[in-house]
Amino acid sequence: MEFSRRETLALGLGAAVVTVMPFSVNAAADDVIATFTGGADMADTGIELTAPEIAENGNTVPVAVSAPGASAIILIATGNPTPGVAQFNFGPLAASQSASTRIRLAGTQDIVAIAQMADGSFAKASATVKVTIGGCGG
Amino acid sequence: MASGVKPRVKVPKTAAAGDAITIKSLISHKMESGQRKDKEGNLIPRSIINRFTVEFNGQSVLDMAMEPAISTNPYVQFEALVPEAGDFVFTWYDDDGSVYDTTKSIAIG
Repeated sequence: MEFSRRETLALGLGAAVVTVMPFSVNAAADDVIATFTGGADMADTGIELTAPEIAENGNTVPVAVSAPGASAIILIATGNPTPGVAQFNFGPLAASQSASTRIRLAGTQDIVAIAQMADGSFAKASATVKVTIGGCGG
Repeated sequence: MASGVKPRVKVPKTAAAGDAITIKSLISHKMESGQRKDKEGNLIPRSIINRFTVEFNGQSVLDMAMEPAISTNPYVQFEALVPEAGDFVFTWYDDDGSVYDTTKSIAIG
């Protein structure tokens, strides 16, 4: 099978688009973020997300979030079939606005934490986790 | 899922008034995500704990909404203030309507 110059160029372009695609945050995750923030701007400081760089088992990935002065924090796994993971609402007797838990990740992906501060502003942190064995069954 | 659900919580027995303490909580629950299939290829319906709350003497410490991405046997660690002696009440809400709770007392000492 012979390729003309035009076909070869088109193929190359198609391949480039396919390679770029997986890096964009999927639409469902964007929806979850928009519902929480209402489209407000997010600062990059004031929240800390701790997650392992490499998780051998996607079924239990330990993560910790901490955002001093936050009233709520949401955790999003952008590459999961349902991106929402958890929402923490801190009450008046929370000693620190931090929590840790264990989550499931379907594969290598970015996880995002967004904090809503007491003054109504938002802060965002993200981390990439490489997952060796995915944790969503199949 | 009402069988084999057992909450376990670690709270210190005493604390100084105004102290911050670390609480670890775990409940045995399979947290069926609704993504898995059985041998015949049918989806296993979702069955998870969707909410976890902690209160101390009626005041909220943590109210957490959980999605299917929380692992089997949900484990949560957090910090709470202890202004006085009293009881921590931990409550888990299951998709099937069941509610599991446990209470831990703490003394000032």
